[in-house]
Amino acid sequence: MNAAAAMMLRSVPAAVGLALFLGLAGVAEILLRFGVLNRFVVPPPSDIAASFGRLFAEEHLLTRFLATSQECLYAMVLLAIIGVAAGTALQQMPLLRRACETWIASLASAPIVLMYPLFLVIFGRSNATIIVMGVIAGLPPVILKTVEGLSGTRKVLLDVGRSFSLTRRQMFLKIMLPAALPTIFVGLRLGLIFSLINIVGVEFLINFGGLGQLINDLAERYDLPGMYATIVFVILVSVLFFLATERLERWVGRA
Amino acid sequence: MTLASQPVSNIWADMPILSAKGISKKFETAEGPLIAVNNVSFDVAPGQFLSVIGPSGCGKSTLFNIIGGLTEAYDGTVTVAGETVRGPHPSIGMIFQEESTFPWRTVLDNVCFPLEISNTPKAQRVEKARHFISLVGLSGFEKRYPAELSGGMRQRVAMARTLASEPKILLMDEPFAALDEQTRLLLGDKVLQIQQQLQQTTLLITHNIAEAVQLSDRILVMSYRPGKVKRVVDIKLPRPRTSEIVTSAEFGMCVAQVWNDLREEATRGMQEAERLR
Repeated sequence: MNAAAAMMLRSVPAAVGLALFLGLAGVAEILLRFGVLNRFVVPPPSDIAASFGRLFAEEHLLTRFLATSQECLYAMVLLAIIGVAAGTALQQMPLLRRACETWIASLASAPIVLMYPLFLVIFGRSNATIIVMGVIAGLPPVILKTVEGLSGTRKVLLDVGRSFSLTRRQMFLKIMLPAALPTIFVGLRLGLIFSLINIVGVEFLINFGGLGQLINDLAERYDLPGMYATIVFVILVSVLFFLATERLERWVGRA
Repeated sequence: MTLASQPVSNIWADMPILSAKGISKKFETAEGPLIAVNNVSFDVAPGQFLSVIGPSGCGKSTLFNIIGGLTEAYDGTVTVAGETVRGPHPSIGMIFQEESTFPWRTVLDNVCFPLEISNTPKAQRVEKARHFISLVGLSGFEKRYPAELSGGMRQRVAMARTLASEPKILLMDEPFAALDEQTRLLLGDKVLQIQQQLQQTTLLITHNIAEAVQLSDRILVMSYRPGKVKRVVDIKLPRPRTSEIVTSAEFGMCVAQVWNDLREEATRGMQEAERLR
């Protein structure tokens, strides 16, 4: 098979995905036009697509998008540092692990976003509140997956390390951490999803910052096409960070 | 006579590089204490290839872990060149039964690992690693990851990695158990060739009679529970050897002799296992 044909073949899944998406949008459009769905609740996809130009020009959509992305980036860095460190501490101290693992897991399902008044008092109506709440919401999966990854290191790899008389530190840095990396990244991706939801949610609630605030504004003005168009950009942030973590994983794995 | 059975003490005993004396290990199980290894003693002379063979459940792997220093609570002493060993010893290089390459490192980086730990300068590290990679016949695969290699190739990477630490004694626990018979014979060739080139003292734990006879100077036949040395068989097949030796009449005689000793133990092991079912 030649290179061009191979590339064509590789782009088939993406093309099918796009076609499916456009197909669903088309179905929604038809249902709305024939009045099966109420267009005061769901705006027609064509209106959503048409609103992008207006959003970029009048509502600074790009700036908002960058603001939310930046908050997400800070949250990711903090998540990785705090989450992996906490997970490591838990894994290294069995007592602490048995004491904390359950309630860290239950924290994942707690509606932390509702605690925003507390953080407003501490950090004010600022980026700090948004980022901190995002980090707290995303921490449980990072911590738990770090513990799981480190504990799941295959025994024979540890035995190899012991047979080469590795120190505790070498054992951790050269064997356990690289072995756990794929699992840790699963946790980081999961944590980032929670973070993004909370970041946009807090922006919405405290009417400050990026896309969440814009969604709030547009909703209050009853600009439904604009609101849905902005939600598309929230999804775009998520995609962006998913790709970024994949890149990061490959890069860290080699280093 | 191409082979002879004799007690443990013999000509090699005057200057053993590895010596095990009165090794015993007891495990506490739900059904009471289980003696896995009972009073096992042997010596390995420099450059000698010794195999420990026995049925499943004769404590072979326990012995491997004790000599490698991975098991600390046991009775008896292990000495390397006269020095008593507790815990992993730099003179002993281990090769494990299970797949043990680091999947996140390339072949070259896997083999560089022990040299990295010993702080060997980078250029020297790579040069040495390349040497051992070519010794196990994997030149050209330096940049590949283990996932891109076959099981036999991965086991050779693990072998090169252990050899790169230049151990005085190579300790192997059924390194070819997971491989098919043909690959096993060809890898046996590789081991013979490497052993010849490096004059590597080797202790092989195995349950495969043909493999033990093909590679060894001497075979310790272990009994089923408790694991004791039942007999010592010296293999006087000429060296250098290749896998072609498996077709010779002498090879067949050696295999038969070992099997004679082993059959009784294996039968007992099988009956015991069935009784417990």
